[in-house]
Amino acid sequence: MTAHLVQYIYIVSAALFILSLKWMNHPASSRRGVFAGEVGMLLAIAGTFLAFDVHNWTWIVAAFFIGTAAGIPIAYIMPMTAVPQRTAMSHACGALAAALVGTAEFYQRQPHAATELPGFVMVALVVETLLGFLTFTGSLMAMGKLQEVLPQRPITYRNQNAVNFTLFAIAAALAVRLVLVPTDTFLFPIFAGLALVFGVLLIIPIGGADMPTVIAILNSYAGLSACAMGFALGNNLLVVAGALDGSSGLILSIIMCKAMNRSFANVLFGAFGQVQAKAGHAEQRPYRSAGPEEAASILESAGSVIIAPGYGLAVAQAQHKIRELYDLLMRRGVDVKFAIHPVAGRMPGHMNVLLAEADIPYDRLFEMDDINSEFPQCDVALVIGANDVTNPAARSDKTSPIYGMPILDVDKARTVMVIKRSMNPGFAGIDNPLYYLDKTLMLFGDAKAFVSEIIKELPARVSA
Amino acid sequence: MPSNLELGLFVFMLATFVGLEVIRKVSPLLHTPLMSLTNAISAISVVGAILITGAAHATMLSKVLGFIAITAVVTNIVSGFLITDRMVKMFKKRPGAGAREAGK
Repeated sequence: MTAHLVQYIYIVSAALFILSLKWMNHPASSRRGVFAGEVGMLLAIAGTFLAFDVHNWTWIVAAFFIGTAAGIPIAYIMPMTAVPQRTAMSHACGALAAALVGTAEFYQRQPHAATELPGFVMVALVVETLLGFLTFTGSLMAMGKLQEVLPQRPITYRNQNAVNFTLFAIAAALAVRLVLVPTDTFLFPIFAGLALVFGVLLIIPIGGADMPTVIAILNSYAGLSACAMGFALGNNLLVVAGALDGSSGLILSIIMCKAMNRSFANVLFGAFGQVQAKAGHAEQRPYRSAGPEEAASILESAGSVIIAPGYGLAVAQAQHKIRELYDLLMRRGVDVKFAIHPVAGRMPGHMNVLLAEADIPYDRLFEMDDINSEFPQCDVALVIGANDVTNPAARSDKTSPIYGMPILDVDKARTVMVIKRSMNPGFAGIDNPLYYLDKTLMLFGDAKAFVSEIIKELPARVSA
Repeated sequence: MPSNLELGLFVFMLATFVGLEVIRKVSPLLHTPLMSLTNAISAISVVGAILITGAAHATMLSKVLGFIAITAVVTNIVSGFLITDRMVKMFKKRPGAGAREAGK
């Protein structure tokens, strides 16, 4: 009886998960979406406990207790700038769990391989453990790069792709052998070890600038490993949830690739972001710079301002100062909007969260495609902590490494102001012609300090 | 009767299409919370972890691996849902925006 009941509970859970993602289509319904997800999860867990003959309660309760005790502080203490690291960590946790469950299933069923390990279950188990283990170490590497405990630049060596491919081929061959002859248990640890090593090797040649894409791809893998677990256990709820997670990761990584004009293959095997030592770039071209006073008067007399923020803004912790500037300008009747490039920040959508945290209303945040047509009518484009995503060379210069990447058309505004520490080229080491335009004013300094200076200039003018 | 595998593939195919359609419509504003939400949802693998740990004939290996797995996914469930909620709460409309630009 309960065995049938739990299937109905799982159906309700699956529906709630789909609704949960559907309600993420707008900020107004998003909290309802989170709630639906939570209810779906609770139902599924409760149903599982009721329907199945569960033993070893001490182990299970202890694990739930530790997991909850770890999860609550992570959720509340984690600063918003560290959300990409947390996301990478949770991909690692989810993938590890799938891999370990797959491993346990294999060893538990292996003595009765003939009856309990039909071919397709074994296929599901090896897919689950392969994806699980490689996503586990891959996500840990991504987390290390995001946390900057590992070098951000790509680590490359000769024949890297050949080495990776050979390793993967061996792992795949072992997997096939295990599927055909599940009693070859001694192969399993080798197979698992190769998957773990492969995860590391897959991520080390990928540069810090590509982390948004990498996180999205790992998200997809983690989902697919949960999905494979569903196949191994014959549990359709796991298949549904895993497929939802997998397709979400897939869509996000496609968006990220498009935003950088790259292909999957290029991100994974291209070792992009390698700082090519370009000796020829020492030529000094003239540029104009300005102080906070001048910047303030230009902003104040503008009718419309579009701010183009990049991750540098978050590094300088300037979000709250930007919000003050936004308030002051809006109060003076200046129309202030924010132009968000899809790869601004360190994971998909990261910049929106950082600005929302500083209480900037979301109806002032505009996606690249929606706002690019507005730059020609805009008086001032203010670039803060962004570089490559504003580089006009991406449109015109076929020799530029970022040629073809969609950019924010800040150079079409009447005046461009760029807050930047110095004229040094940014992270990817690519020179930006924007800085040498006649209408561009360079504002040198730390983003937070400079915006504070501008704010100080503004009230003085109103009382005068 | 279709086998477990065939049913599973059927469900997988449908869920993938539903997922692609639903996720495509998610506001790009919310892509970061979306990722933490799907992460929490895929932690439904806790069901598999419970079944392997709680099996009557579970070996010591199963119990230990299952224990680690449950701990890891419960951390994902708890932190995933809570941090998603914390993030989506931050997205606010401009005060009075409704009055000035009705319908926007």
